[in-house]
Amino acid sequence: MAELAAASRPRRRTAALLLAPRVMFGSVVLAALAACAVAAPWLAPHDPLAQDLLYYFLPPFWSEGADPLHPLGTDSLGRDILSRLIHGARAATIVAVVAASLACLLGTALGLAAGFLGGRVDMAISRLVDIWMAFPPVLLSVVLVAVIGTGLAAVVVAIVIVDWTRFCRVVRAEVMVQRAQDYVAAARTLGLSRFRILAGEILPNLVPLLIVLLTLEMGIAVVVEAILSFVGLSVSTDAPTWGGMIAEGRTNVNQAWWLMALPTACIVVTVIALNMLGDGLRRALDPVLRR
Amino acid sequence: MSPLRYLLTRLALAPPTLLGVAIIAFVVLRVVPGDPIAMMTPPGAIEADVARLRALYGLDRDILTQFAIWIGAVPQGDFGTSISLRADVLGLVAHALPATIELCLMAILIAILAGGSLAVLGAWRRGAVEAAIDAAIAVVQAIPDFLWALILVLAAVLLAGTVDLPISMRVDPRLELDNATRFLLAEHLLRGRFDVVADLLAHIVLPAAALALPLTAVIARVLKASLVEAMAQDYVLMARVKGHSRAAIILGHALRNALVPTVTLTGVQFTFLVGGTVLVEKIFSYPGIGWLAIDAVINRDLPLIQGLVLTFAALFILVNLLVDLSYALLNPRLRHG
Repeated sequence: MAELAAASRPRRRTAALLLAPRVMFGSVVLAALAACAVAAPWLAPHDPLAQDLLYYFLPPFWSEGADPLHPLGTDSLGRDILSRLIHGARAATIVAVVAASLACLLGTALGLAAGFLGGRVDMAISRLVDIWMAFPPVLLSVVLVAVIGTGLAAVVVAIVIVDWTRFCRVVRAEVMVQRAQDYVAAARTLGLSRFRILAGEILPNLVPLLIVLLTLEMGIAVVVEAILSFVGLSVSTDAPTWGGMIAEGRTNVNQAWWLMALPTACIVVTVIALNMLGDGLRRALDPVLRR
Repeated sequence: MSPLRYLLTRLALAPPTLLGVAIIAFVVLRVVPGDPIAMMTPPGAIEADVARLRALYGLDRDILTQFAIWIGAVPQGDFGTSISLRADVLGLVAHALPATIELCLMAILIAILAGGSLAVLGAWRRGAVEAAIDAAIAVVQAIPDFLWALILVLAAVLLAGTVDLPISMRVDPRLELDNATRFLLAEHLLRGRFDVVADLLAHIVLPAAALALPLTAVIARVLKASLVEAMAQDYVLMARVKGHSRAAIILGHALRNALVPTVTLTGVQFTFLVGGTVLVEKIFSYPGIGWLAIDAVINRDLPLIQGLVLTFAALFILVNLLVDLSYALLNPRLRHG
């Protein structure tokens, strides 16, 4: 009986993980976002760049004088808001996935090196992290994009350069904890090489932590992309992004508040979804919290 | 290591860290494409004039010489001349810094008051109230200050007519000010000019709230967890046996012992808050150093960016030092260590 229960536990745990409300909500929202990103050209009712100066500042469907052809209204140049939001999901998704993964790779590699090798390597990497964290992150990314130039690739590079420290610090600390555990001593007694201990024994124990950090970093990346577009440094103005729409909306906020409200709402929902997913996964994967 | 020695070590590490920041900022900025001289000269300026301006700002020398000149002048308080605003960098920063300091202090005040009350309320009334507070904390914490600033701008626009809160500037320019320093809020409060204070408060409350909200959530969460833990200790049971009320136990006994982790985390988060001023000041057109910074970057104003980056780095280091100090003072185990 006991054996049967033990055998079915991993599967039940996976099911419980997927059914946890936070994970459910996060996954559903993110799946919808990804679908918008992939199918943007087919989903969007209009060309997101097509201007129609006769019909500018059309209100969204719930207000008086709305046009059913433009369910969420039009902006100052008569461009369809719904189509622009759907295309903006594309930029957000690309930045979130690519930038977060690269920052995770770079930060984890340096964090593993610092935590496992210790000594001078640890000193050098830790000093670098200290200096890095003395820069205001937003200012650093703004300066970096000014250096690298605008465009999605520049935004991704800026996020990676700014945010690798988040992974590096946590991974370094966790490796130092893991290194002192009995299983590492056991592996050493067995004569495993340092690299095999690091890659085969310690790294798998970091995976839950990394998944959670990665999810949270994706939320940060979406916001940073919006920030850079807002400051006017992200993608060129003809590719719609949520941040760019917010910047346009901020200038017209007294005439047409929904121009700013709709893209802001998109970012808020995305960020909350990513946070809930990260939090849900942390609760499900962290053995201490699970108990 | 004794707390004093630890603090001295940290203090000794500050200048090298600042030097590292200065070097990185200098090198990164020198490879920025975009010529600051081209931005300040009208189209059709003759070649010789452009060359003279380049020589005036030292931009014709090689990067090592430029750095040597710049870093050599810094100890005398000379941070160079802003290219876009044509004024002394130290003067510009000193003029804008008090606005940012007042904004940050106001934000942390809001965060401590709101976060502290939520934590005490959650620890006092377990059950439904606590669950509601937990849910609110999770949502508030997930949203960064940039988004809070946008949400508050929208709220102010939608509520206009009912509650009128300004969404730009630091003070109404029509008001007659009465100040010797740039700490407008503190100074007018001391001079008893409450009309100006009211206007300053109306301007500062939205940007300060945008900066404070994520920190409020952090404080509420950590302090509540520590309070709940402290409530399970023996001395709390003892106090309860003696017949003290639950509220008195929380405020009189548990709170003091629960403060240490909260202070540490508040310090770490406070550096994020200082960094957040860059965007929040931009969104609310609030004339502090963050607002200067964005325009400096857009104008490729190299001396001003350098001065601002160093100012931010110095603020970060200072805040971290203060946190370590308060940590050492609050934690008895460290105090006697």
